[in-house]
This record gives sequence, C-alpha cells and structure tokens, in this order.
Amino acid sequence: MEVLERKTEQIYPGSFSCPGCSLNLAYRHVLSELGSNTVVVTSAGCGSVVAGYYPATTSKVPFFHCSFGTAAATAAGLRAGLDMQGRADTRVVAWAGDGGTFDIGLQSLSGAAERNDDILYVCYDNEAYMNTGVQRSSATPLGSWTTTTPFASTEDRPKKDMTAIVAAHGVPYIAAACVSFPEDLRKKVRTAAGMKGFRFIHILVPCPTGWLHAAKDTVKMGRLAVLSRVFSLYEIFNGRDYRLSPMGAKIPVTEYLSGQGRFKGLTPEQQEIIQRDVDRQWKRLQGLAGGDEGGAS
Amino acid sequence: MKKLMTGNEAAALAAMLAGPQVVAAYPITPQTSIAEKLADYTARGELRARYLKVESETSAMAACIGGSLSGARCFTATSSQGIALMHELLYWAAGARLPMVLVNVNRSMASPWSLGVDHNDTLSQRDTGCLQIYCETAQEVLDTILIAFSLSEEILLPVIVAMDGFLLSHYTEPVDVPDKEAVDRFLPPRKAEYKMDPEKPCTFGGGVGAQVLYELRKRMQADMEKAVAVYEDICARFEGVFGRRYAPVETWNPHGAALGIIATGTLSGTVRAYIKHNKGKADAGLVKMRLFRPFPRARLKEALSGFERAVVIDRNLSPGSGGIFAGEIRGAFYGDRDRPPIFSAIGGLGGVDVTPASVENLAADVSGRAPESNDIIWMEG
Repeated sequence: MEVLERKTEQIYPGSFSCPGCSLNLAYRHVLSELGSNTVVVTSAGCGSVVAGYYPATTSKVPFFHCSFGTAAATAAGLRAGLDMQGRADTRVVAWAGDGGTFDIGLQSLSGAAERNDDILYVCYDNEAYMNTGVQRSSATPLGSWTTTTPFASTEDRPKKDMTAIVAAHGVPYIAAACVSFPEDLRKKVRTAAGMKGFRFIHILVPCPTGWLHAAKDTVKMGRLAVLSRVFSLYEIFNGRDYRLSPMGAKIPVTEYLSGQGRFKGLTPEQQEIIQRDVDRQWKRLQGLAGGDEGGAS
Repeated sequence: MKKLMTGNEAAALAAMLAGPQVVAAYPITPQTSIAEKLADYTARGELRARYLKVESETSAMAACIGGSLSGARCFTATSSQGIALMHELLYWAAGARLPMVLVNVNRSMASPWSLGVDHNDTLSQRDTGCLQIYCETAQEVLDTILIAFSLSEEILLPVIVAMDGFLLSHYTEPVDVPDKEAVDRFLPPRKAEYKMDPEKPCTFGGGVGAQVLYELRKRMQADMEKAVAVYEDICARFEGVFGRRYAPVETWNPHGAALGIIATGTLSGTVRAYIKHNKGKADAGLVKMRLFRPFPRARLKEALSGFERAVVIDRNLSPGSGGIFAGEIRGAFYGDRDRPPIFSAIGGLGGVDVTPASVENLAADVSGRAPESNDIIWMEG
C-alpha cells in the first residue's frame, strides 16, 4: 500500500455531521490535497450543515455557502474575480451534494462545464436528500427506500449517470471515487489539481442515516459498493478516454445490499434485477475503458 | 462630449467606464444590446473584464455573487422574467452584503408575454435588500450607473438601476459622455474589506441562529436608512466632477400648481411635456421619484409639501391592492394631519402609451375627486 504523505489539514476538528458520516472525511482528504491556497463554495445540503453553524466553522480555507442550485456558477464567478485580481494560483472548489448536482444544480453545472471554467467541482454523493430527512434524488439507486419512495420498487428509475452527462461536455477531467478508497481518492484530487479547466470528481459517501446501516460500517459499505461494481472507480480524460481504477475482484451485489436497511424489503427477484443492472453498467464501463478491469487493489 | 445613443448603449458605456472585473449576463429582450455591447467592449480590450456568458439569469447573479466575494467589481443586466429568475439570488447577494450593479430594462411580466414596459419586474424585488433607482433619460442611465457602483460599494448592498424598456432602452438621445479619467477620479477601484482571501480565511453565509439573523436584518434596515444620505453625498460628489445634479426625489413646478403628479421613469418626461404645453389649463407640477429603495420618505414629504393634492401614476399593479408606489407613498404620510389627499392612478401597463393628453384627463379627473377617494383611476379606457 502506498504510504500517504502527511499534508496540512484544512479542516478543524469537530463537525456537525451525524455519527458515522463520511462526508467530512471526503472533504478532509480533498482539501488536504489541495492545500491552503484554495477557496470553497458549497450549495445547500449535508455539506452546509456539516460545515458548522455560526460562529463555528470546520473550514480553514475561505468558505461560502451559496444557493442550492448555483455551486458551479458561483465558483465560476469567484474564479473570474480571482483571475482578474492576479490570483489565478488560488484553487476554486465547488462542493455540492447529489441533490445540488444531479437535480437542482445540473443547469449551472452544465453551463460551467460547457464554458470549461477553471474550477474543481466535487459532488459528494450520499444518494438522497439526507439532511432534510432522506428524500429521493435522481442519484438514489434502484430499489432503495427513501421517505419519498416508501415502497421502493425495482420498477423505479435507476440512478442518473452523472459522469456520462459531464463527460458529454468534453471537460478535461472526471473521476469517480469513493471515500473508502482514500489513496485512490487523493490521487485523483492530485491529478485534478495538476490540470486546468473544468474538473469533476464524483465521490460516493456512505451515509448511515439514510442507508440504514451501523455507523461503524460506513467504510465497509463504501468498499462493498466498489467491490460489487455498484459504484465503480474510474477516470475520464477529455470526456472520451475512460480508465478504470484498481477495485479488486468483483463480488455479488447481494453482499452490498444485505447490510443496508434501505434495501431491506427487496425480494430475491428484485435483487437479481439490480444485479443485472449493475452487470450491464459494468460491462458498458469496461467497454468504454477498452476491457481493462483495473486489477486488484 | 455629446453623443447620440440609446439607453442601452448608455448603460453599456457606463458599465465599461466603471470598469467591472466580472460581467455575467444572459440575453433577454429588451436588455440584449447591453449584453452585446459589453461583449464587444471586452472582445476589443476596451473593458478588461472576465465576461461569463452564462446559461441563465440565476447563474448570472450567482456568478456576480462569486465575483463580488472575490473582491471584484461586478455588473449584470437583465429584464422582466430574467430578474424574476434572479429573485432568490438577489436575497443571497444582499444578505451576504455583496456590492454589485444590476441594470434592469423594465418589461412586463408574462403571462401573456409582452415586450412593453411596466415596473412589476423590479418592484417584485422590493424586499430583497437591493437598492432601486429609476431613470428618466439615457443621460440619467449613464450617470446613475456610475453613482450606483459608488453607492453599492459603500453601503455593501446590490443596486438595481431601472430603465423603461424600449421607451428608454431603444430610443436615441443626446448623452454627455464623461471622460475615463474623470470617471476614475469619481469611482476608484473597489477596495473590498471582506472577501474570499486564502490569506485571511473566513466562512461566509453559513447557518446562524434566529437572533443573529434578526440582528443582521435590523442592521440592513439601518444601513438602508443611511443610504438616502449616502446617495445624496455621492450625488453631490458627482455634481462636483460632472456638473449634473441628481436627488432622490425631484420637484418641478414651474407654474406653482396645486396638483402634484408623482411619476417615475419615462413617465416623468410625459408629465413634463404636459406641464410645459398646458400652462393655465389644468396646472400641475411634477414630483419625480428616482429612489424607490431605500424609500426616501423625508425627501418625498418635502417634495409634496407645496401641493394641495397629489396623484401617483403607477406603471405597475399589485393585483388585489393597486399601485405599488401609491401604497408606499400613502404609507409614508401615515399619521400626518396636514398631508395632501393622494390619489392613485394606474397607467401604461404592458407599454400602453401614456400621453400628455391622458395626463391632462387625469389632472382634470383628480381636481374633481372627493379627497378621501381611494379608487384606482385607470388612465386608459
């Protein structure tokens, strides 16, 4: 295993997260790679709660809470203003949840991606509107219970393929990462930090509150998500060049589903539908990446 | 040097002279030529700004919020549905106390859609915490934008400069163009005390307890109340440099008439024309409201003190209530024993022509009305 260089932390100890939340862990990894010459805007979501209530803040770098749908546009304006004042070296991060990215923020995200604005957009994806009480978003996976899908069904719509949408904009860099694979996540942040233009990192952040698993199992759930290929790790360069990241040998999806209360009601037939959907997506991704399975972790 | 130009050209020229570092805009009729002209200035290097061609007005305002947070001077222009789409973001900008200037070319709100002017679009932004200044001429548009930047950066709230769609945005008028050096003297670069600076990191806009929000709103009100005097100081400074005089409320009563007609925007010009050409028939004076937010209560009362009657022409309608200016103006006199009767007229919605003849009819109508009459006077039909 790669030994991590100890970098300066950009967050203060303590946060307003639920027990077992992995969002702040993701924020910590991303920011410590980016360093102190960074500014962050976050749209409404778990991230804005976790960041703390006035006068507390978890962020050591300048941090702005923006409107729900405008993380990308706010970051783009910040970028423009900094550039015009000779601060092109300062990194601008848009930090948004799946609701703020897949749903209400999609339009402003598309605008910034299409203009290739020089920002790093990070979507922390916990697969529903968690801080408002677990309502379905378009990032919610097939068959998942939420408070607005009380009787989850595999006839529901599957999770939106967000990275494919961003890739269609032909942006320089896209990565799918998971907080349970911190070396991989940090490497992707370093890659993104070394590039200019619009960069998008999609991070799966398991959520005990909404996924209904034990707080101690957060990291495990992320690992199972990746091992089962429910959430695959990969990079996309220039919207075309797909590269799979090391993920380990593929395991059945039931190992992932069975540990979470949100999938509790699923019948074996429904689990089989989910397995087939995951297999199809994985095959597609392998095809895009030229058949490279990424090898063992 | 005088040049012929439209209100939109005057707006773009003023923005160029003010030197915003971030411009973000989305096209909408009748604002579009401002966005185009600024793109032209930027492309030619006459304006050194980052111009974000955003995908919506929501993002235009968000980009100005981001730009302003960085400490940069920011400008945007929009109209009608565009400012309505920005509505949420105007609260964010004002709440975060971010200076910027927004030019709104007034146009009625759909549905049904129409291109003509009325003021419902900006007046719907009344409670956002943005200042609002209404213009009568292209010269006033140019000058007001320069004043607005200064005002915004001192009060730390966004300023909306409003001009009537087509009647002002697209008609050509002579405009005295100030030279760049004089503008730079009047309006030096923005110096932001609070900004997103990695050397002095701060968190902005995070969750607060109820009491903090309450205190912040109280402070905003206090600053708004101060803003009338700040506007007057800046106008005095402007007059010192450029020789043109502006005030929150202006009175023009050449015949010493008993009736004051209160108007805003290009309607003021129509009332002027009526007064000029109708001496002795149904005399009236003009009270022109330039500032709407902050509401210049004291100045308005002074302006109306010489009149026995007043009528407000509102180019807007709050359905279920009536004219928005009239409501506010009547409210300003609450508790005053010796206030003149204030009548309320609605005119020119959707860009319907308000002519000197219709103003004459209004003046005649008002002179015969019972002082306590609260009915809306519809100027056309």
